[in-house]
Amino acid sequence: MKFLPMSFLVAAVALAACTNPNRFGDEGMGAGNPAVGQPLGGMVPGSANDPRSAAYFNQTVGDRVLFNVDQSTLTDVGRATLDGQAGWLMTNSDYQAVIEGHADEQGTREYNLALGARRANAAQEYLVSRGVPASRLRVVSYGKERPIEICSSEACYAKNRRAVTVLAGGQTS
Amino acid sequence: MKVLRICLALVCALGFAAAAQAQQGPLRITIEEGIIQPLPFAVPNFQAETGDAGQLAVDLARVVAADLQGTGVFREIPSSAFIAQYSDFNAPVSFPDWNAINAQALVTGAVSVSGNNVNVKFRVYDVVSGTNLGEGLQFSGTTDGWRRMAHKVADEVYSRITGEGGYFDSRVVYVSETGPKDQRQKRLAIMDYDGFNVRYLTDSSSIVLAPRFSPSGDRVLYTSYESGFPRIYVLDIGSVQRRALQNTEGTMSFAPRFSPSGNTVVYSLSQGGNTDIYSMDINLGQSVRLTNTPAIETAPSYSPDGSQIVFESDRSGSPQLYIMSAGGGEARRISFGDGRYGTPVWSPRGDLIAFTKQNAGRFHIGVMRTDGSEERLLTASFLDEGPTWAPNGRVIMFTRETQGEGGASSLYTVDITGRVLRQVSTPEGGSDPSWSPLQR
Repeated sequence: MKFLPMSFLVAAVALAACTNPNRFGDEGMGAGNPAVGQPLGGMVPGSANDPRSAAYFNQTVGDRVLFNVDQSTLTDVGRATLDGQAGWLMTNSDYQAVIEGHADEQGTREYNLALGARRANAAQEYLVSRGVPASRLRVVSYGKERPIEICSSEACYAKNRRAVTVLAGGQTS
Repeated sequence: MKVLRICLALVCALGFAAAAQAQQGPLRITIEEGIIQPLPFAVPNFQAETGDAGQLAVDLARVVAADLQGTGVFREIPSSAFIAQYSDFNAPVSFPDWNAINAQALVTGAVSVSGNNVNVKFRVYDVVSGTNLGEGLQFSGTTDGWRRMAHKVADEVYSRITGEGGYFDSRVVYVSETGPKDQRQKRLAIMDYDGFNVRYLTDSSSIVLAPRFSPSGDRVLYTSYESGFPRIYVLDIGSVQRRALQNTEGTMSFAPRFSPSGNTVVYSLSQGGNTDIYSMDINLGQSVRLTNTPAIETAPSYSPDGSQIVFESDRSGSPQLYIMSAGGGEARRISFGDGRYGTPVWSPRGDLIAFTKQNAGRFHIGVMRTDGSEERLLTASFLDEGPTWAPNGRVIMFTRETQGEGGASSLYTVDITGRVLRQVSTPEGGSDPSWSPLQR
């Protein structure tokens, strides 16, 4: 099977995100290191050295782009990261992705949900403009509910204002 | 209510002309910014009329006193100062003894227990004139509902002295929180307004946000990530059964609130990165788009008559407050101060709008009139947000989150003068409170 039904993928990703926040490399980022991703559910054979692996995508391509305060406009660095993501996703067409939009804690819960949606959408639209089929991408906003850095200063806020491309699927049977 | 002609100790500015009592005389405290000194009151332990009512006679009086004291409008005189010994509900009250310790209001009560049933009688006295303030009343209930009976007594006392509705016999639904910021576990909880009788309504397997009571207090709207995406659910408090509201694939919906009729839900829907406000018939599932701009429109709240909606939009470049007709259409901006405004909530009295304000690195809970005038900030902290009104429109509960790596959320109340700020005790952290109407 190449593509899992979307609803199943979504549920699986959401479940993983809720029950194991470190699964997508949050802990590694917390220490200031590059994200250390892990294969999802053992579906991907490769390690981070395998250019077709999710681990490679997370670490080498870069799974996230950062935003300025209150902004959902992509930065030059962000666009370069997304160019890499688009290229990788075009090559590895058996992956789907959920793009998670996040905000820092400086804002109300509701506004930040909407702001996270804008950020995730900005990343999605860029990937689509680079040729990734929209059907392989979904967006979700977590607002300020899932920071990866927990200090209350700009050093942390800068890393929390992000859109993270979380892979799902991959080489499945 | 019987109006007595008595010397009034506290005469205060009349802010709400229609509701205010203009006559001189009766024991009456008008709740306004003019209150300088809380009104001193005494609540001796109630009389136990049956052998097994002793503990309840003490507990009921304590809860009544705590309710009144918590308003900041009243000040309790401790029993250690009492001269008169109260022991008989029907005996004449020795007013000079209460006058001597400066008690202006006296609440006496009597409790009898029969099996699981409790009967509570009480009277409120104007000590200065030595008269009853209204007739004696009694409430009956079951022993496990004794706190509600105390709250009902306190509501009646509050109402007789202030001339306004009470808010003690009410509940709060909120999000109970544990864990650090980056792994916070959230579940819905319901409790009495004073933090007692906490009951959990969901588990913490998915993020849950911003529960909102129905006008009848029997259902709750909230946002949950249980599908993997933010989506609105309605939960029946009694049965704890929930269902997802109608939803379009590929969208996210959040920030729901009931209309005053309880039949319509107003909420935010994000699609393609754009967030607008919609309303939905909760039974039929048909939705109507109320705003249509590329800006973020969220946090809608109905006026008490259901004719208008106040909401938050960044169409001007920063989040500000707007009011539109409940059917959508043109909106007028009402917030013009410095900073960013969010989460507006219409007072149940209709006179004020409470909001969250972010300015110069601080967050505030504030109120303004519905035309945007007379803005007043009631709190200031690192992060205050999400106001909800007490049923009488005199007190606001909100979320306060502390700063830094150990930051945690808790619930606070503040009265609309901004003078009385209190933390509400909850077993875990708490956020996103929603205050119920008075229970029946």
